[in-house]
Amino acid sequence: MDARRVSQVVPKVRQVGFVTHSDPNPPPQASRTQSVPIESNSGTPYDSPDFSPVMIPPPRHHSENLSHLRSAAVAVPESSSRRPMWDDRVAVVGSYNPGNSLLGQPVSPNSSEVNSEASTTLGWFGRNSSGKFSAGSSFPGGGFDLTTVKMENFTQLEGKKPEAVPERGGGAAVEVHNEVSSSTAKAKTTKAERRAMQEAQRAAKAATKGKGGGGGVEVNNRESSSNTLKAKTTKAERRETQEAQRAAKAAGKAQGNKPVAAAGGAGPSNILRQPSQNRDDPAVGSTIAGSDRRGGDRPPERERKKDVPPPRMQFDDQGRVNKSKKRAVFNQPEAKNRVELFRHLPQYEHGSQLTDLESKFLELDSMHPAVYKVGVQYLAGDVTGGNARCIAMLRAFQEVINDYSTPPGKTLVRDLTAKISSYVSFLIECRPLSMSMGNAIRFQKSRIAKLPLTLSETEAKAALCNDIDRFINEKIILADKVIVRHAATKVRDGDVLLTYGSSCVVEMILLYAHELGKQFRVVVVDSRPKHEGQALLRRLLAKGLSCTYTHINAVSYIMHEVTRVFLGASSVLSNGTTYSRVGTACVAMVAHAFRVPVLICCEAYKFHERVQLDSICSNELGDSNDIARVPGRPDVNSMDNRTNEKNLQFLNLMYDATPSEYVSMIITDYGMIPPTSVPVIVREYRREYLLI
Amino acid sequence: MWHRSASFILDKNQNDTVYPADSVTLTPPPPSSISTPQNPNPNLNRNMSMSAYYQTRAAHHGVVTSDWLAQSQEAATRAVVTGGQEIVDGGKSGRAFSVIDEFNNWRKQPDLAEAVAAIRALAAVIRNSEAKTMMELEIELKKASDSLKSWDTTSISLTAGCDLFMRYVTRTSALEYEDFNSARSRLIERAEKFGEISYKARKIIAMLSQDFIFDGCTILVHGFSRVVMEVLKMAAQNKKLFRVLCTEGRPDRSGLRLANELAKLDVPVKLLIDSAVAYTMDEVDMVFVGADGVVESGGIINMMGTYQIALVAHSMNKPVYVAAESYKFARLYPLDQKDMGPALRPIDFGVPIPSKVEVETSARDYTPPQYLTLLFTDLGVLTPSVVSDELIQLYL
Repeated sequence: MDARRVSQVVPKVRQVGFVTHSDPNPPPQASRTQSVPIESNSGTPYDSPDFSPVMIPPPRHHSENLSHLRSAAVAVPESSSRRPMWDDRVAVVGSYNPGNSLLGQPVSPNSSEVNSEASTTLGWFGRNSSGKFSAGSSFPGGGFDLTTVKMENFTQLEGKKPEAVPERGGGAAVEVHNEVSSSTAKAKTTKAERRAMQEAQRAAKAATKGKGGGGGVEVNNRESSSNTLKAKTTKAERRETQEAQRAAKAAGKAQGNKPVAAAGGAGPSNILRQPSQNRDDPAVGSTIAGSDRRGGDRPPERERKKDVPPPRMQFDDQGRVNKSKKRAVFNQPEAKNRVELFRHLPQYEHGSQLTDLESKFLELDSMHPAVYKVGVQYLAGDVTGGNARCIAMLRAFQEVINDYSTPPGKTLVRDLTAKISSYVSFLIECRPLSMSMGNAIRFQKSRIAKLPLTLSETEAKAALCNDIDRFINEKIILADKVIVRHAATKVRDGDVLLTYGSSCVVEMILLYAHELGKQFRVVVVDSRPKHEGQALLRRLLAKGLSCTYTHINAVSYIMHEVTRVFLGASSVLSNGTTYSRVGTACVAMVAHAFRVPVLICCEAYKFHERVQLDSICSNELGDSNDIARVPGRPDVNSMDNRTNEKNLQFLNLMYDATPSEYVSMIITDYGMIPPTSVPVIVREYRREYLLI
Repeated sequence: MWHRSASFILDKNQNDTVYPADSVTLTPPPPSSISTPQNPNPNLNRNMSMSAYYQTRAAHHGVVTSDWLAQSQEAATRAVVTGGQEIVDGGKSGRAFSVIDEFNNWRKQPDLAEAVAAIRALAAVIRNSEAKTMMELEIELKKASDSLKSWDTTSISLTAGCDLFMRYVTRTSALEYEDFNSARSRLIERAEKFGEISYKARKIIAMLSQDFIFDGCTILVHGFSRVVMEVLKMAAQNKKLFRVLCTEGRPDRSGLRLANELAKLDVPVKLLIDSAVAYTMDEVDMVFVGADGVVESGGIINMMGTYQIALVAHSMNKPVYVAAESYKFARLYPLDQKDMGPALRPIDFGVPIPSKVEVETSARDYTPPQYLTLLFTDLGVLTPSVVSDELIQLYL
């Protein structure tokens, strides 16, 4: 009904000293005075090095061409006229939507040059430390990204230390120093340079270790897997380089490394640092001790990596994409023109891949037919909706487990986990997983891992199948029933209920309330290109409900007569953000503006501990042809066949994020809760998933 | 003071006519009556314009208008008539009446909140139970709490208190492993502990809230809440210098009583009519209200007028503090004002109202959480969103 997080009245707190700029709530005066200066400089918003107000610079580019790209990234021309609204929101919403607050900051008059510079350097942090994070998109939310980045750096360091320490006393120090210096100088050193520096050091290190034989090579390979730039130099080339280095090392000339290393990376700054590193090199202890030490240090490191959730694949990272392509079961032609902001998401030219997949059917001997079937169904869009997809996947896994027999010399626990992982990656290729499916997979894997070793294979298989059955029954089917019961209490006679798209839970609620004999009317709001609401409408009409059908364009018109808004969700995140079909946020926002309560119906297994502030960093892109083409209207299909035009980009987003302030209530199988209580449910019941 | 009230007349009627014999000893329920618990409260009549909850409040707070008294008298006589046939049914299941009786006994203590009385009554059920097994005892307790709840469906704290008691008492893992007698004594122990906690809640809240009352502040209070009274009393005892603005609290004028009590403590008090809240909000430093119930969203259900005071305070950036015991936390989630069962209360306008004119007699409203700053409870000082966390932990 109302915002839960609208700036609350706080008791008087005496503030001592000065308020730092990092204060998430910009002082109200700033926002009040903002409008005038913005008007004054709105003519030239993009010539400054600041971020543009709507677009976040794409994360994947090297800095050399970034400024140019940034100006290219400004694809929304009305942004300047929209900015005052953004600033308003920053002021009103307070710390909630920091994606905006960052964007608002640079243009605000009181944020000094220093401030904007700080934000850019921070942006750099996000970008070049791993290349996996979509830079500014979610980082300003209070350091979430920053911490992960730090973790990343940290683990990187940890990974290097064991190699560095035993060989030369100062090696680790050099590494650390290098990291620090590169991070402090980040505003100036480009990503490429930094990479080059690291590469050079690594090469030098590998060379010094050369004596260790295969160990060094292996280590280097492992390193390279985390290094994106290495994708350019092939493995063979690197081995060649190492051979050369080893030969040089054998000759006892420490200096011999330098040119090779420099050739490997070639940056202006690394030459300065190189001598200090190499000066220590000859004084290195035995490599054997080093390898021992390494072995001892590795487990904790690995555990730490387990704690950090694996970063999502960023599809703007060419190296990784190429690598994953090699592994891919089938080749999906990628869409040529993707919208700048969403390049980190996969987008394929759907349609052609189906035949590709079919032709590969006979080659896919490793793929279980049930999984294959589900994958094709995902691809073709035959199975949609979070619950249906999740159940289809789990049923397929059930068949996999039934048909499974442990190969000789392997254990069920490990082999089956690996198998399921490979199936999961196949399914991801077909369509990105929803978060609910991720939860289900996590549950499945933890059940496998927790199998007692004493169980025989048949027993274990039976137990796993039983677990899947229980998951489907308890977490999905029964949960839906409970939600329906709860939600029906909120339907009164004379209500007008609005729903958007087609959510199976909401449909069940409407039908159940109708069965109870409540007198209400339904407004089904639909949108292009999927028209999911029409199927819902048909089913509702078949049961005799009185319905109104409209498109999302008319939602602000229809909202004044609505008394409740029922919405489904793909997942609900820890900060109460609802991740759902694109358009949901719009409906919720309009409802909020009209003071109509918004009820989100979502099973608790779809709750996720992640925090997301926008719908940019994780989303799904649909087929751009879908929005380019209007079926049955040849007169307006001028956009058809222009998907590959250079100056035209189609953005067909599948999901969006609804901020928790627009949500009055979330109805789950644990009852009706406010969106602020999602983390409580996650905290209290996450264990249960694993223990069931 | 309470004995002047119409509620007492009802009680007396019940006590005298229904069960003159000792009803404290509980008899195990005959198996036939388990299926349908009778509504034992004869005055729970849908036609009645006064909800039982407000009768109790009026009984305790003792501000009675002539009009109200007349209506209550009338309701009481009607209740006796309707109660007549219930006595026949009720004769079979004397046990359920005994709980109510026990509850009424406790309720006569003017300082005891209704929920605490219910908790005490339920503890007495355990003590007097003749059940032989744990299951039997639990069923008996369940029935007793159900009958208490149905005695007054409009009281949120009564329902919530009963539910919480059941949760608190029966949720011990040790129960299964012990023999019945020790398990029972453990239950009694827990029940008494819970009663004690609930009883002390007001004191704890008063202690917690002292940090928020600073010298020279002006506090706006709406309605009469014993918790808020306790808070202000303790602040006065601590030699804090503050001023209180009391709303009149129509229609039962509960604000007048608060003003009286505060004047006795030498606290400077100023009375306002309910519509002068926005006019005086300028000079107010904080708003203090009690609550009939705290709902899952973190909002409160309280006497009519709380919502508009909270709105005015919010728009003027004044903090709104709620003092509420944790047994008032209810698993309700109203989405808007009309989303609750109405609790009705007659309003005395002083002049005759034409029959064509409709009168809004709802006695309470719902204040959404975003207009509240903090809740002072015996669990600590909470933000509204923590209420749901506590409820989830208690109930799930």
